[in-house]
Amino acid sequence: MKIHEYQAKDILRRYGIPVQPGKVASTPEEAESIAREFGEPVVIKAQVYVGGRGKAGGIQFGDTPELARAATQKVLGMDIKGLTVEKVLVTPKIEIAEEYYLGVALDRASQAPVAIVSAAGGVDIEQVAEEAPEKIIRKPIDVRWGLLPLDARNMLAQAGVPHMVVAKGGAILSALARAFMETDATLAEINPLALTKDGQVMAADAKIVIDDNALPRQPEYAAWAEPEEANPLEYQAKAEGLTYVKLDGDVGIIGNGAGLVMTTLDMVARAGGKPANFLDIGGGAKAEVMKKALLFVARDPQVKGILVNIFGGITRGEEVAKGIIMAQAELPKGMPIVARLSGTGEAEGRALLADAGLTWGTDMRDGAEKIVAEINQKAGEK
Amino acid sequence: MSILFDKTSRLIVQGITGREGAYHTKGMRAAGTNLVGGVTPGRGGQEAEGLPIFDTVAEARAVTGANVSCVFVPPLGAADAIMEAASAGIELVVAITEGIPVLDMTRVAAYLKEHPTRLIGPNCPGLATPGAGKVGIMPYQIMTPGRAGFVSRSGTLTYEVVALLTAAGLGQSSVIGIGGDPIIGTTFTHILSDFAADPLTDAVVMCGEIGGSDEEDAAAYAATMSKPVVAFISGRTAPPGKRMGHAGAIISGKTGTAQGKVEALEAVGVPVAETIFEIPELTRQALAGLKSRA
Repeated sequence: MKIHEYQAKDILRRYGIPVQPGKVASTPEEAESIAREFGEPVVIKAQVYVGGRGKAGGIQFGDTPELARAATQKVLGMDIKGLTVEKVLVTPKIEIAEEYYLGVALDRASQAPVAIVSAAGGVDIEQVAEEAPEKIIRKPIDVRWGLLPLDARNMLAQAGVPHMVVAKGGAILSALARAFMETDATLAEINPLALTKDGQVMAADAKIVIDDNALPRQPEYAAWAEPEEANPLEYQAKAEGLTYVKLDGDVGIIGNGAGLVMTTLDMVARAGGKPANFLDIGGGAKAEVMKKALLFVARDPQVKGILVNIFGGITRGEEVAKGIIMAQAELPKGMPIVARLSGTGEAEGRALLADAGLTWGTDMRDGAEKIVAEINQKAGEK
Repeated sequence: MSILFDKTSRLIVQGITGREGAYHTKGMRAAGTNLVGGVTPGRGGQEAEGLPIFDTVAEARAVTGANVSCVFVPPLGAADAIMEAASAGIELVVAITEGIPVLDMTRVAAYLKEHPTRLIGPNCPGLATPGAGKVGIMPYQIMTPGRAGFVSRSGTLTYEVVALLTAAGLGQSSVIGIGGDPIIGTTFTHILSDFAADPLTDAVVMCGEIGGSDEEDAAAYAATMSKPVVAFISGRTAPPGKRMGHAGAIISGKTGTAQGKVEALEAVGVPVAETIFEIPELTRQALAGLKSRA
């Protein structure tokens, strides 16, 4: 789960990491009064779940409260990579002398969190990793004792930052690793870690991603979840317990099991169709779940037809068929549906679907070809 | 003797009194698996599915001589259950549980470095050796004994492909689902090396997917094998940055793409099926010794 910069900074403060004071505003008036409170020039930063805010114009300066108000006016409502800015962080402006990168990420290869340091901060770290890998210092963290301050200092020294930053940054990196583990993060970044002209070392920006699987034991952060306007359907799906990913085609796809659904997407693409989504109903789904899934997929206005591909192990074919028939009454009239079921309850499910006049796919390929053909045929009739 | 599991294996079920644990214990019994007990803390001394329940894995092992455990414990307790099995000296742990926090798995990974226990999963369908039984939730009736080893990251896709192999008359030595999480106990490479050493396996079918670099690592290992390997990669049309159901199935930056995996495999002479429907024919050729090394 992604969280906003201001929320990530709240977490860093709890771990004793120096962060500029800041407050969130959702109107220009609020921003003006916050700026007046600070009594110094401020930065207005768009709070959206994507990187590259600066380049998109989502970061503005307000040297006076009035200018802060005007800047906020510009930023609020702005579209950044498909997301609308609804709130901004107002924070005192700092004079930055140098920028560094500190991060902790989950590393599949070492099966551990890995601490990452670079003296080249403030920019896209993936780009640095690609163009100048020698500028990136990495160290897997032993989860039994976390990242020791000595290891953190060694990494910073190796990265070649100024002496004072080795000392202060070491404490910050060690604390960041602790925050990573205690919040169940999969990524925690300070980019940039700023050395200010007056010699302070502080987190000028922060990003934390929290492991969805850990949300049940992190109720405080779970409560921070909010819809991303770019993917409102994905957010609603989560709330309804469906594993749904929005794509940009017109063939709705429902299956059971992630690998099978992914393979079904590939098959539809091979048949000349464009998948509209990924939807995994999981194992053992009953008719109600199947119905819910179909109606959910059809909420996407781009969807022109739906392919259901179920391998019946613990999911029973007749339950799937019943769910499809129940959903049909509520789906847009004439929406093509092709179902392909195999395994347990296959014959029963097939008979139910035949009675309801629904199309049957003999296997995954046949199902994919049939749904693409039906959608094309309907498009031709118009 | 197939890999990891055979008729001499003695299985306990951790979380045997839960809904999933109880349901799949029946399925494992129906497959002829040698079940010897179950573990649910607080329920020691009782019975479930006709098997004795123990409070701890250590007790279960002491009394039953169990050497394999299947974990159905809910997500927030599953890592502890895996480590409990390892601490009790269980040789093979198969963790079915989906949704274990990844930080817990980093602890499990560190713990298992100091224990000889082998972990399959988590978030996997388990494994089966046709003729000897199964550990986990795979539909056993679709399998048939034979000489093709099978390994995959997913569940239902495994069943689809195994059913195709069986329909084509191509039996399996062992079928292994290694799981779709970012941190798993056993990788494709481990399983390839197990199959390489197994006298009852003549060729291996590997179904991978986008995300991580396990398939690329497996390609490097396959290059050293004398037995042929046949592969399939799902997620060819998945866009970057979107997590495709499995926590591990995500393309980030340039790593984890289907294209990169297909290229890595083909570069070492492993044929990669375009769709699952070509897998049986490629497997037949591999078994017939028509290994096409570049």
